[in-house]
Amino acid sequence: MKQLKFDAVVIGGGAAGMSAAAELRSRGYSALVIEREEELGGILLQCIHNGFGLIEFNEELSGPEFAQRIEERAVALGIETLCGTTVLEIRREGGFNVVYGVSSKHGGLRVEARAVVLAMGCRERNRGNIRIPGSRPSGVYTAGLAQRLVNIDGYLPGKDVVIIGSGDIGLIMARRLSWSGCKVHGVVEILPYPSGLTRNIVQCLEDFGIPLYLSHLTTNIRGKDRVKAVEITPVENGAVRFDKSFEIPCDTVLLSVGLVPENELSRGLGVEINPATNGPWVDSRLMTNVPGVFACGNVLHVHDLVDYVAEEARRAGACAAQWLAGDSPSRELRLKTGSNVRYLNPAKVDPDRENKIYLRSMVVKNSAVLEVRMDGKVVKSLKKAHVQPSEMLSLTLGPKDFADPGQMSANQAVQVEIAIV
Amino acid sequence: MKFEAPGAAYSLKPAAGTTDWAGRLGRPARPVEACEKPGSVYILKKPAAGDNIQDVAATTRKAARTTERYMTNRAEVYDVAIIGAGVCGANIARKLSQYELRVALLEKEIDVSLGTSKANSGIVHGGFHDNKKYLKARLELKGALMFERLHEELDFPFERCGIVVVALHEDELRTIEQLYLQGVENGVIGIEMCSRERMLELEPKLSPDTMGGLYAPSGGIVEPYRFVFSLVESARKNGVDLITEFAAALARRKDDEWILTALDGREIRARYVVNSAGLFADTLSKAFGAEDFTIKPRKGEYYLLDKMTRAKPNRVVFPVPTAVSKGMLIIPTVEGTVLIGPTASAVEDKEDFSTTRQELEKILQSARIMIPSISETDVITSFAGLRPTCGEDFIVELSAKVPHLVQVAAIQSPGLTASPAIGEYVKDLLKKDGLRLVEKPDWDPYVDKVRRARDLSPWELDEMVAKDPAYGDIVCRCERVSEAEIVQAIRAGHSTLDGIKYVTRAQMGRCQGGFCAYKIIKILMRETGMSYEEVTKRGGGSYVLRGEL
Ligand SMILES: Cc1cc2nc3c(=O)[nH]c(=O)nc-3n(C[C@H](O)[C@H](O)[C@H](O)COP(=O)(O)OP(=O)(O)OC[C@H]3O[C@@H](n4cnc5c(N)ncnc54)[C@H](O)[C@@H]3O)c2cc1C
Ligand SMILES: Cc1cc2nc3c(=O)[nH]c(=O)nc-3n(C[C@H](O)[C@H](O)[C@H](O)COP(=O)(O)OP(=O)(O)OC[C@H]3O[C@@H](n4cnc5c(N)ncnc54)[C@H](O)[C@@H]3O)c2cc1C
Repeated sequence: MKQLKFDAVVIGGGAAGMSAAAELRSRGYSALVIEREEELGGILLQCIHNGFGLIEFNEELSGPEFAQRIEERAVALGIETLCGTTVLEIRREGGFNVVYGVSSKHGGLRVEARAVVLAMGCRERNRGNIRIPGSRPSGVYTAGLAQRLVNIDGYLPGKDVVIIGSGDIGLIMARRLSWSGCKVHGVVEILPYPSGLTRNIVQCLEDFGIPLYLSHLTTNIRGKDRVKAVEITPVENGAVRFDKSFEIPCDTVLLSVGLVPENELSRGLGVEINPATNGPWVDSRLMTNVPGVFACGNVLHVHDLVDYVAEEARRAGACAAQWLAGDSPSRELRLKTGSNVRYLNPAKVDPDRENKIYLRSMVVKNSAVLEVRMDGKVVKSLKKAHVQPSEMLSLTLGPKDFADPGQMSANQAVQVEIAIV
Repeated sequence: MKFEAPGAAYSLKPAAGTTDWAGRLGRPARPVEACEKPGSVYILKKPAAGDNIQDVAATTRKAARTTERYMTNRAEVYDVAIIGAGVCGANIARKLSQYELRVALLEKEIDVSLGTSKANSGIVHGGFHDNKKYLKARLELKGALMFERLHEELDFPFERCGIVVVALHEDELRTIEQLYLQGVENGVIGIEMCSRERMLELEPKLSPDTMGGLYAPSGGIVEPYRFVFSLVESARKNGVDLITEFAAALARRKDDEWILTALDGREIRARYVVNSAGLFADTLSKAFGAEDFTIKPRKGEYYLLDKMTRAKPNRVVFPVPTAVSKGMLIIPTVEGTVLIGPTASAVEDKEDFSTTRQELEKILQSARIMIPSISETDVITSFAGLRPTCGEDFIVELSAKVPHLVQVAAIQSPGLTASPAIGEYVKDLLKKDGLRLVEKPDWDPYVDKVRRARDLSPWELDEMVAKDPAYGDIVCRCERVSEAEIVQAIRAGHSTLDGIKYVTRAQMGRCQGGFCAYKIIKILMRETGMSYEEVTKRGGGSYVLRGEL
């Protein structure tokens, strides 16, 4: 059993984990990143398309290039890494957070750490999660698995493809498979609007003449051994019109129906999960209810862009460093999700410093306003030309936004609400 | 590539009087020499110039295990051939492996337990649902008691978690009382009638509408396919030949023997035959010229819920049964997930395992009546199984029409529970029919226990990695399955993604293979030498990949 001690252990070596560890190192703390795969980089390694880094590096990079940039920086700062090592469990032992793992190289691993940063990323929702009935043939894959098979292992999952769900990964795979000589017969989306980024609809579907079936439900998958067809049914005014069902013959079905934060380890430790994000509840420092345990990246909530992941992870690293130094906010305010807001992350703010808040809309709306209200009074409002659930929004709240801080400290129950109107 | 059949007797002429097999033999049987796929009993020709040596080696390795013994004794006559490697066939095979007999277990699929024995509720029933006048009730009562011993010997997941039956209306309490009396009459140990308060104490997640119920502490749960795998492993360890991809199609008598011909032309000779072909027992019976009965499939659909579900009960939760079915249940599986279902609908097609929206909706609705906190967001997958039904009772008897054939048919619920007793019962029938049973002095009831990463503490895992580093590579993160366990499953002959899934649980958790399928494909290719095109989900045309970049 290999036993180690670090100021901070970061679980997961994707964009989030590497960025958080780099920040901790840059502030003088020892940090160990534990990654299950043989290489750092996480999901970025299979995203060989461009479109990463516009915010973070001001240039358009591929996923692996983006990963390489942050890895180089983190390694230069002196982070320690253990790849090929799976974290099995995190426990509280005598005031410490103890991380247990295993690898074929070192056998069992036990790491004592004062701080832990959760950065395990997310997994894809699958056929069962969206409950498509029908037979259970081979040829049904999640889009990310297909992306992995094509981009890293060099295999084609099939030739005639239907993609269910209009998430970004599915859209990108529509283009990737078209380039590779497969025929993509359509993308089927139950909602009346696509759930992926607009730029991906244009670049991945329209440019290839791939039909997008909006307001269509996948009602059956057919085929005994291998997929033969999917049955698609239009949804009109909320009613599923089985009289208008039709079939698309295909040998492969890809599912791009959303991502879910991977929080089994967190749950095992007793971290409380926000049902709206499937990620931990965190305070203004991105700290969970377990002291010294922070979360960032896709394990906290699913992000659209890796640039946001990197920013949030740096923040988590910085907050973990401050916590290690013994600093903690003198007071925090709870944020309430107002109308049309699915979630706010973090769910608390520190009124004495700048807070960055990510949020998601529940509605598609033009000329919307993001409103921050304190005890009913609007203290800040931001105009948005367009909001939609698939595009994450952000805003910052600082000391100047909180009127009369004196009154606030007396009245801890003050309500801060963020709404989209 | 060409393969050579081992024996000479490969003519496909059915003897006069033998019935055809569901019209399937209508298409010309493939000449054996031209077979591209190595059935388990073919041997390879010496590689000819131009053959890819790598491929030849790979296929040989694949076929070698099951073929070995059969090859050396190919002229031999088996004492008993068992058709169908479901839970019945497996129990019969293991029972017979205790005696000095040559036994063949024949299975049409690429692996065992891919029929009804794979998709069911996995319950060791409580012995109160059926009256003892039925053979199925008597076998259930006997079988249920045999599980501790089998569990001890065979290392499959089993737990006596208990069963509750929930009454939600006043008038259901009357049925509860009848079940109770039947249970007492059947000698069920510990069965009790429960007040509302007692029920809610046992199962706090039950609906507040609960009026009362029944509690049978002896009921249990097993992982049905693991049960079959272990039985077959034990049988093979004690000399039974497992021959997969052998779809028995024709049967004829010659010199006091049965000659069984498979769809692909292979033949097996045996003195006694057991027909435990599940849904297809009727067609096989006809192929023997034996009893004429019809097996009607009745479909049962299920939802599987994540381990994380908050709706998990402590015991199996039954509704009050109706005249036709035991109703839809909530089952905490041995592995921690929760199963809800099954539905019951008559279908025509014996290979139709599809699920339907309407039936699945019914499951959620009726399960929520008993445990309201069941949520559709906990659903990881759905599946269906087919009950082989024919009348009210099991058919386990010697054929009255043809010699030396035991029929094991219409084994619907509680077939899994009864199966160990069916094994004994069939042994007795064979004995009655003249089969000589001499116990093997060296019969070994135990199988080697597989150490599973999921059951080990980090410290124990550390020790395992020292012995076999592959224990340190966790392939399936949701169910925590190491590469070592996957390799062991492949070496034990499970060469498909589904086979590996049922043995190891890899791909069975919440991501359903999203993270690990590509890793398993690679391990399969490495271990067996298969090319990517040869990897399938469960044999046949269920290939997984279609090309290279
Ligand atoms: C398929 C896909 C396509 C995308 N395309 C784009 C795009 O075009 N542009 C863009 O800007 N963004 C894109 N994104 C979003 C962005 O890439 C991700 O949000 C970001 O990379 C997530 O980083 P992360 O570190 O949170 O998670 P991940 O990259 O998933 O990293 C998590 C890491 O944790 C490891 N891990 C998990 N559990 C354990 C454990 N128990 N022990 C050890 N290690 C563990 C995993 O192996 C993994 O490496 C895409 C995302 C996906 C999924
Ligand atoms: C929905 C459902 C729920 C159930 N729940 C329970 C429960 O909770 N408890 C319980 O005790 N019982 C339960 N049962 C019943 C139990 O599952 C069955 O009784 C049992 O699995 C039957 O086993 P078997 O071996 O007879 O059939 P099978 O498992 O179907 O095995 C027959 C085998 O024969 C093979 N075969 C068929 N034709 C040929 C051929 N020509 N040549 C070679 N091989 C052939 C098939 O491929 C198959 O592998 C349930 C059944 C269903 C459908």
